[in-house]
Amino acid sequence: MRNTRSTQLLFELSKPGRRGVCFPAADVPTQPLERLLPKSALADAPPPLPELAEPEVVRHFTNLSTLNMSVDTHFYPLGSCTMKYNPKRNERLAALPGMAHVHPYQPDESLQGLLALLFGLQQYLAEIAGLDAVSLQPAAGAQGELTALLVAVAYFKDRGERRPHVLVPDSAHGTNPASAAMAGFESITVRSTPAGLVDLDDLRAKLDDQTAVFMITNPNTLGMFDAQIREIADLVHKAGGLIYLDGANMNAILGIARPGDFGADMMHFNPHKTFSGPHGGGGPGAGPIAVRAKLAPYLPVPVVVERDGHYALDYERPKSIGRVRSFFGNTGVLVRAYAYIRTHGPDGLRRIAENAVLNANYLLSQVKGLLPVPQGDRCMHEFVATAARLKQEKGATAMDLAKRLLDYGFHAPTVYFPLTVRESLMIEPTETESKETLDAFAAALAQILSEPAAALHDAPLTTPISRPDEVRAARQPVLRWQPEPVE
Amino acid sequence: MTPASFAPQDLRFAPTHEWVHVSAEAGAKVATVGVSAFAVAALTDLVYIELPAVGRTVKAGESFGEIESVKAVSDLYSPVSGEIVAVNDDVANHLERLSEDAYGRGWLIKIRLSDEKELAALLDHAAYEKQCAEEAH
Amino acid sequence: MPYLANTAEDQQAMLMAIGAGSLDELFAQVPAELRLQRSLNLPPALTELELTQHLGELSARTASTADKVCFLGAGSYDHFIPAVVDAIASRGEFYTSYTPYQPEASQGNLQAFFEYQTLITQLTGMDVSNASLYDGASAAAEAMLMTLTATKRYGRLIVARSVHPEYRQVLDTYLEHLGIELVTVGTPGGTLAPADLAAALNNETAGVLVQQPNFFGCLEEMAELAEVTHRAGALFVVAVDPISLGLLRRPGDYGADIVVAEGQSLGSPMSFGGPYLGIMACREEFVRRMPGRITGQTVDRHGRRCWVLTLQTREQHIRREKATSNICTNQGLFALRACIYLATLGPQGLREVAELSLRKAHYAADRLAAVDGLSLEFDRPYFKEFVVRAPRGLVEPLLERAYRDDGLLAGVPLGRWYPELADCFLVTVTEKRTRGEIDRLAESLSHIAALVR
Repeated sequence: MRNTRSTQLLFELSKPGRRGVCFPAADVPTQPLERLLPKSALADAPPPLPELAEPEVVRHFTNLSTLNMSVDTHFYPLGSCTMKYNPKRNERLAALPGMAHVHPYQPDESLQGLLALLFGLQQYLAEIAGLDAVSLQPAAGAQGELTALLVAVAYFKDRGERRPHVLVPDSAHGTNPASAAMAGFESITVRSTPAGLVDLDDLRAKLDDQTAVFMITNPNTLGMFDAQIREIADLVHKAGGLIYLDGANMNAILGIARPGDFGADMMHFNPHKTFSGPHGGGGPGAGPIAVRAKLAPYLPVPVVVERDGHYALDYERPKSIGRVRSFFGNTGVLVRAYAYIRTHGPDGLRRIAENAVLNANYLLSQVKGLLPVPQGDRCMHEFVATAARLKQEKGATAMDLAKRLLDYGFHAPTVYFPLTVRESLMIEPTETESKETLDAFAAALAQILSEPAAALHDAPLTTPISRPDEVRAARQPVLRWQPEPVE
Repeated sequence: MTPASFAPQDLRFAPTHEWVHVSAEAGAKVATVGVSAFAVAALTDLVYIELPAVGRTVKAGESFGEIESVKAVSDLYSPVSGEIVAVNDDVANHLERLSEDAYGRGWLIKIRLSDEKELAALLDHAAYEKQCAEEAH
Repeated sequence: MPYLANTAEDQQAMLMAIGAGSLDELFAQVPAELRLQRSLNLPPALTELELTQHLGELSARTASTADKVCFLGAGSYDHFIPAVVDAIASRGEFYTSYTPYQPEASQGNLQAFFEYQTLITQLTGMDVSNASLYDGASAAAEAMLMTLTATKRYGRLIVARSVHPEYRQVLDTYLEHLGIELVTVGTPGGTLAPADLAAALNNETAGVLVQQPNFFGCLEEMAELAEVTHRAGALFVVAVDPISLGLLRRPGDYGADIVVAEGQSLGSPMSFGGPYLGIMACREEFVRRMPGRITGQTVDRHGRRCWVLTLQTREQHIRREKATSNICTNQGLFALRACIYLATLGPQGLREVAELSLRKAHYAADRLAAVDGLSLEFDRPYFKEFVVRAPRGLVEPLLERAYRDDGLLAGVPLGRWYPELADCFLVTVTEKRTRGEIDRLAESLSHIAALVR
């Protein structure tokens, strides 16, 4: 039943003379273009874009969409990505004219409804973080990290200190050291214990008056809450450093514990994860950050302020680091986050965390008999299983398992991350999945493990393609379509 | 210029998996440097190599380039100090040379040695093999 | 709880299977003294109906293009979005998927990104494009960082003062702690003089950033600027308005090394500043220095053509602190929107949008220049935006009253960024503005100018 023409490229479907949209004739006096623009600036012809009629465009992309797995169609337990359900109401609300069709340089008086919403979101995020001030500007979690690190630099500089080091646990997401490098820091890796927690001795050994920030993901990338966090924070604070909390895993602790209360000085949220802004095939996200009061003067401009019931964008912040992007921020994502928080209220948010942790622990209880889970019997919102034994005994890898799961109609977990566990499969079910779905996933995994290794090596069999040649793609990169050369 | 493959027993190795062969050329000691067959096999599916320009000077232990597989990247460290006098550009376009002939056509750079004594710190083939056997565990 | 499937019975059964007595017990890893001992201080939950009413009310208190006429631009534009774009981009298979880590389960996204990359190279005349960055400003900053590693010159970067002030601010923020000198070259006549650029270049300069059309709407002399830049051994980075490329020469045709753009114009709403689309394209030799995801074509084990993320060793998840950038999640859905938009418009449609914007802008400029007290600030060729000078001290009252009395978002005041242009505002005209609306703008400003003087 699949439409095999659907994988033809737009460029192969193109035919000169086809149109997908027509615009009205000019209703203003027209004169020759050369009179409006110098000839040297004008192109001889418009760019060689493909030419298609509207129905072809629609059929092309609609068929392409069916080649994706998505949260709307499949269980998508991609660890560390929090692939929860994306509420339809949020899509409709974000498309309201007063949200979607608003210019960023409109005067404040024309923006009162939207600014009220954004001001509210700043307050809510500060309360959820247990911190004092929020910037909604960063465009994604990684940019939030960078922004917060730049805030830290400005803070230390203001105090007459120069601290060139950022400490990062070996289990951290790659964005942490990359952000540190972009902010001009040298990043120093701190080891984890075999149990997946921060190795305090190693931290002590590396912590000194050169340390600006310790970046920690808590709950961490193994799905464990590092209960040493208070002690870690005390150590870092005593050395004069700051604690940055990577908020990628906030889904596990909403309303349960607050980063500000357990020692964080700054953090980012991933609204596309925690607050259900859709993942969009790889973005857009947003990366709002929350900080302690002493760091607030350095936040990017503008922030939303309230003065006597009137909302305004405040640019007058002389200690601000400036900007990390144009305009206000990823407002469309922030509107969805606001709608999500308002839908849940305080009790609802707590129930999200409870059910995310319940689902993860339940799935852990069903999986641990099938694949070893080195961290033990309990987890927060996700857990990391390993196929190392399977590889040794049967010659099938974590990647083989991932591919075979696709055949059973499940998106694969995150594989080969974190780097600290060999042949890792990082499984995050989220709170919006039912027990039946989790049972079906565990049953599929059991079934797959009983199959001969060859079946795993041959997987996936049911997907549109199977095991693309990534070596070829990287050795001889073909990064765009080009017309066949004319003979 | 295609040197015949060296016998591994005639080479010295850095713990970071580079090999060195020293010969006399025009009155100077010149080291041919490559990456070991063990390392090439461990990296699997090489896709890209970045090599330096002729004329650059390197210190022993300093990175002179990078070698990439699909999902990993490793620095190449110079086992010796000196000026780079030749670069094997052919290998960049034919990465298979590394797996086919690591100790011959897969050579990477030649360095005019500035300090011959550095060679003494490198491993002989037997010691290097022992290290590889330990790493494989 | 509208999004949770677990019933009380489910929860009990699951706790039993786990071997836990209560939900609370599952949080045993979190020490009691670190737990929040109260409810979050947030407003109570709203039903879908209440939420819809609440946001409807907030939306009604916000002016939008639904009820006001928009002559604002300056990097965010009110261009027409064909219905096709929303219809396709709102398919759950697209917007509820994620980064294509499993290519077998993501060929729809991957093929669309490959098509997007191709369209961007066709649009810009460059060799390669990535699969998107956050926005035009951060793309410009990333491009300038790229010139450092590409040229191995770590001394100086140059930017024209006619580049969007927020792009320059972002560049400043990104460079603040890297020890690179950022030189801003003045553009007193509205554009960058090649001689002024030549004077600022030295042999430690890695890159030059110029915008075309520039922030004031004026056209820069790109071929000359490219030549001056290259003569000094630096790279020429160009920020373009992608709509203008329906008419103007492509950056690849006048020597650009890296091209960046704000892609919002290509089928995305203004959304009060985001999410937008950072476009980046470059010459082939710089592809391994590029930040962000890149999609490549290959074949699968059965020889079928397909697409994967490629050249991933550039990225943070592999190279960590040595990565080309820290970017991870990008703007996938907005790259898709641009892809649909460009496929729907095609070359003729894009040309029509560009030409209509150009003609209407020139009509508007003529009308406003004829208003007593108003004049055009720069005597340079321009595309769809132009700078208007008002009598001293009158920009604010003019714009304020045009909005309050006549529902016109008439222009962006420039004093915040350019003190010497404190009496000026930037007017933008897209294909959506009608002659009637433009006439209303001229009449309104004429009327107010007479009143407030």
